[in-house]
Amino acid sequence: MTTTTENHNADERYYIPQGSHWPVVGSVGLFFLMLGVSTWLNGADSGFYIMLTGFAIIVFMLTGWFSTVIGESIGGLYNDQVDKSFRQGMFWFIFSEVMFFAAFFGALFYARNMSVPWLGGASNNFFTNLLLWEGYESTWPSNGPGNVGGEYEAMAPLGLPLVNTVLLLSSSITITIAHHALIAGKRAQLTAFLAATFILGFTFVYFQGVEYMEAYAHLNLKLTSGIYGSTFFMLTGFHGMHVTIGAIMLTVIWFRVLKGHFSADKHFAFEAVAWYWHFVDVVWVGLYVFVYWM
Amino acid sequence: MTRGIKKMTTEVMDAHDMHDDHSPAKGIKRWLFSTSHKDIGTMYLVLSLIMFFVGGAMAMIIRSELAIPGLQFVHPEFFNQMTTMHALIMVFGAVMPAFVGLANWMIPLMIGAPDMALPRMNNWSFWILPVAFGLLASTLFMPGGAPAGGWTMYPPLVLQTGDAFPFLIFSVHLLGLSSIMGAINIIVTVINMRAPDMSLLKMPMFVWTWLITAYLLIAVMPVFAGAVTMLLTDQFFGTSFFLAAGGGDPVMFQHIFWFFGHPEVYIMILPAFGVVSEIIPTFSRKPLFGHDSMVYAASCIAFLSFIVWAHHMFTVGMPLTSQLFFMFATMLIAVPTGVKIFNWVATMWRGSMTFETPMLFSLAFVFLFTIGGFSGLMLAIAPADIQYQDTYFVVAHFHYTLVPGSVFAIMAGTYYWLPKWTGHMYNETLGKVHFWTSTFFVNLTFFPMHFLGLAGMPRRIPDYSTQFADFNTMASVGAIGFGVSQLLFVWVLLTSKKGTKVTAEVWDKPPGLEWTVPSPAPYHTFETPPKLSDADGFH
Amino acid sequence: MIRNLLLGFSVLALADTAEADWALNMPKGVTELSLETYNLHMMVFWWCVAIGVAVFTVMIISLFRHRKSKGAQAATFSHSTTAEVIWTTIPVVILVLMAVPTAETMVRMEDSRNPDMTIVVTAHQWKWHYKYQDSNIEYYSSLARSSVEARRKGTDIDPYSVENYLLDVDNPVVVPSGAKIRLLFTSNDVIHAWWVKDLSIKKDAIPGIVNEAWFKTEQVGTYRGQCAELCGKDHGYMPIVVEVVEPEAYQAWVNSHDAGH
Ligand code: HEA
Ligand code: HEA
Ligand code: CUA
Ligand SMILES: [Cu+2]
Repeated sequence: MTTTTENHNADERYYIPQGSHWPVVGSVGLFFLMLGVSTWLNGADSGFYIMLTGFAIIVFMLTGWFSTVIGESIGGLYNDQVDKSFRQGMFWFIFSEVMFFAAFFGALFYARNMSVPWLGGASNNFFTNLLLWEGYESTWPSNGPGNVGGEYEAMAPLGLPLVNTVLLLSSSITITIAHHALIAGKRAQLTAFLAATFILGFTFVYFQGVEYMEAYAHLNLKLTSGIYGSTFFMLTGFHGMHVTIGAIMLTVIWFRVLKGHFSADKHFAFEAVAWYWHFVDVVWVGLYVFVYWM
Repeated sequence: MTRGIKKMTTEVMDAHDMHDDHSPAKGIKRWLFSTSHKDIGTMYLVLSLIMFFVGGAMAMIIRSELAIPGLQFVHPEFFNQMTTMHALIMVFGAVMPAFVGLANWMIPLMIGAPDMALPRMNNWSFWILPVAFGLLASTLFMPGGAPAGGWTMYPPLVLQTGDAFPFLIFSVHLLGLSSIMGAINIIVTVINMRAPDMSLLKMPMFVWTWLITAYLLIAVMPVFAGAVTMLLTDQFFGTSFFLAAGGGDPVMFQHIFWFFGHPEVYIMILPAFGVVSEIIPTFSRKPLFGHDSMVYAASCIAFLSFIVWAHHMFTVGMPLTSQLFFMFATMLIAVPTGVKIFNWVATMWRGSMTFETPMLFSLAFVFLFTIGGFSGLMLAIAPADIQYQDTYFVVAHFHYTLVPGSVFAIMAGTYYWLPKWTGHMYNETLGKVHFWTSTFFVNLTFFPMHFLGLAGMPRRIPDYSTQFADFNTMASVGAIGFGVSQLLFVWVLLTSKKGTKVTAEVWDKPPGLEWTVPSPAPYHTFETPPKLSDADGFH
Repeated sequence: MIRNLLLGFSVLALADTAEADWALNMPKGVTELSLETYNLHMMVFWWCVAIGVAVFTVMIISLFRHRKSKGAQAATFSHSTTAEVIWTTIPVVILVLMAVPTAETMVRMEDSRNPDMTIVVTAHQWKWHYKYQDSNIEYYSSLARSSVEARRKGTDIDPYSVENYLLDVDNPVVVPSGAKIRLLFTSNDVIHAWWVKDLSIKKDAIPGIVNEAWFKTEQVGTYRGQCAELCGKDHGYMPIVVEVVEPEAYQAWVNSHDAGH
């Protein structure tokens, strides 16, 4: 991050936005969403509808909040400093997402390198194996000494996952091309490559759906398949969720491109989404290597 | 669509023009829709005070039950609920929001910014909190009661929580969301909104420690969210993260939790270091000793905080090498923390000291936090920790760091900046009474707990063997005394507007930009970037 | 401040005169390792006291001497590299001095090889199960009747009238003196921790995992402890009692158990 404010003109007035009702609307949405999910998980069917209501409010809030910001941005209210704040904010938001994934990657490493070998008697766990899990030999993938979830087959790294890797990597390239096109003012190229990006993204999600169905239907690989199933589905699942969100954001950006919202030097929203997309891509590379491959 | 945006734009423009008259919105809208760092700061501080009382009331229940042996007032289940909720509310509801409130109020004033960088998100960060605490508090009235597995939420015990379980998880998610957004805001404000000639190393210590704290928050809150998400899926969706039969490990949760939990305790103390570093120079009439090394020390503490987490887990049966590593790393933290203590002492040395309430609280902070730090160091000695672990010795340790540590720093900061907020001097005599009673009773409450722990009293128990009776009674008396003293604090706050009017400087030539704006600080400050001058303490 | 110091002293004074109950310090325990642990504890404690006295003395001197009301003029210095180097180095040295003996003790603690006998301890909500690996003895151990009645909320029984209130069990662990005893811990439900302070053992009992610890003592006697990991509503009510007896008495106990089966 830059540490000086040299390109910020000292005589310029600071910009402060007007008050807004969107944050509170967002909180109300979150309240219903969380209340709904919780009661639903506790077995009350009505919870499901409360959850949907909350979700709807949040979608409403996001649309409203973003259109306000877009309006202000197009209205030329934002100076360079605001632009910079947005950028840095986005950067740190993505960093927080990285740390969220780190927790699950951490769980994966812990399971592979610690808990599963320990259950097999490694390190100071000779008696763990002898007294509780006699005969269990640690391997990876594993659904544990209790064979939780029953026999299953691990997901092979070739086939769909490989296709998906290619899809996502190429989408990172297409969005970079689109970005360059935006800077160079080549609108046709921009719209085409941006469209290609989100189409690749949605295709990825589709294939992942196919892969999941395959896992459930033919491999008996489920979320409940011990620690392998847990880490596999939670990591790829959260990733898939992020791809979906990213692809939706790309689509929105695409419509905004059609509307001509971005100029060669002012297109923070575009860049933010691009960063997000690259982040999703990098996480996938990690996933592909550590979940599918090794 | 285009038309829609055009229309909206003009509306916004109108609104923007309106904003130039320097008055806040009227009525409830001022607070609900606020984008003013001052209003949002006030809301954070008020919420935190309320939560301090709620958490404190729970502590009173705990202490009443423990006053004498035998079960008098509550059932064991309820006792555990109180312990759990007390901690969650104090940590996430009282201490953290109080520091965010201080940050909101003071960081823009200290760096010459007009407001936080992302004011609307700032408002959202705040308004998520009442939702989170609403959900959390509602569990008290649910079948099975509130969460009772301790604030550390270890599985498998936490999975035995009743209907409260998903509420616990989701309120933690919301608290995390709020903290992350708050932290992003602080980082961006500090990096991007400083007055042009305020270089990083010219920043006041409070700003520095908060910047570092914000990095910690962004790094660990998502990890905490991940950990509780795993609890949720283990409970409801059949995953095996914390189930040995499935290849997981209950201890894995503890690793992930403490990867968050240890930095979390520094999240609660670094801003306190910052507050004290502002106050001691003012009342010593001498610049902060070793400003730059304070910055490096705080950074060091933050860095080390990521590699010491398993000192909470010396009894879980970790391999010897891990135990040794975590022990050494933990001990190292004494070095940068020592640098801070020594620098404060050096700041006072050959100063010209006066002892107004904020200074008194800061001095008690230095004394008593050091005692808490010492017991921390004792805990770091793994073989000894095996004896201390999960006893009242630990309870004594962390209350020394948190109550006369974090909470005293919050109070010191409140007294110090209150005249800036209100434009009036609070009642100094009552402030001093509040200080002396608090200090006396806080020690009476928590010092005997060291003895209890060493003599073998486990924590998280509603009843105990008769040999522990005397010190427990002392602690309970102390706790009630401390609680009542806090009523005085509220009284001082409520009557603070009755005091004499103060100047912009309030104190005797305090360093920092916040003292260049009038008291009370007008609704809008620094609409154009200020220039720094030597007179404000920038050299 | 002063008031607190005074209070602290009066507490200490009281402690000396009053009988047993004002235990202030960690007990030395009855095993070699518990003594080592105690010594480590005292070593760190005295280091802390020393550092504390040094820091607080300087601070108190400035509080009294450099106060404005005494006409003190503020100096203007704001850093000194020499001073800072010194007060970074000295703590490092002290920490190294602490770390070395600690590490040695830790290595000894982990060495549970070649035991004379092994007991498997399985925790349950809220009682302990003991199984002697070498002789087929196994049994549950839970809170003694006398305490069970007195612990109830609103009971008339005065806890003081119960001997070893909350610290007594129906079936204690019986072990011979002078033997190296290995304990293997696991749990049937949630995490518990088996803690007997005189033996300097506190180890988590974790479902699905087995932890080890060991002790050896020559000192015959009864040693009490409690569960030390929150394990639900009756966490406070699952004490541990270990009876160390002469080897002959132990043999007799084993025989009587065999006869009973
Ligand atoms: C603000 C909060 C805060 C702070 C600042 C600290 C600071 C420290 N803590 Fe503490 N701690 C907690 C809050 C905090 N802690 C909490 C809440 C728990 C319990 C959680 C739970 O289980 O519920 C806990 C538990 C805890 C444990 C686990 C105990 C157990 O459960 O068995 C340990 C073990 O190592 C530990 C160590 C330390 C150390 C070494 C420091 C160090 O940072 C202290 C450093 C400071 C000093 C040492 C004093 C000043 C230094 C000098 C004057 C220099 C010279 C000194 C020497 C060379 C000795 N803490
Ligand atoms: C920032 C954190 C923080 C703060 C400020 C406090 C403040 C206090 N804590 Fe807390 N505490 C924790 C964090 C904190 N605690 C944590 C993390 C745990 C571990 C939980 C676990 O094991 O999971 C814990 C556990 C804990 C225990 C151990 C419980 C157990 O193991 O079962 C005890 C017991 O005495 C205790 C006491 C107190 C007291 C007396 C105060 C006092 O300082 C509170 C003072 C405040 C008030 C009293 C409120 C103000 C006044 C009123 C409400 C007016 C009415 C008052 C009267 C009529 C008297 N705390
Ligand atoms: Cu068993 Cu606590
Ligand atoms: Cu810690």
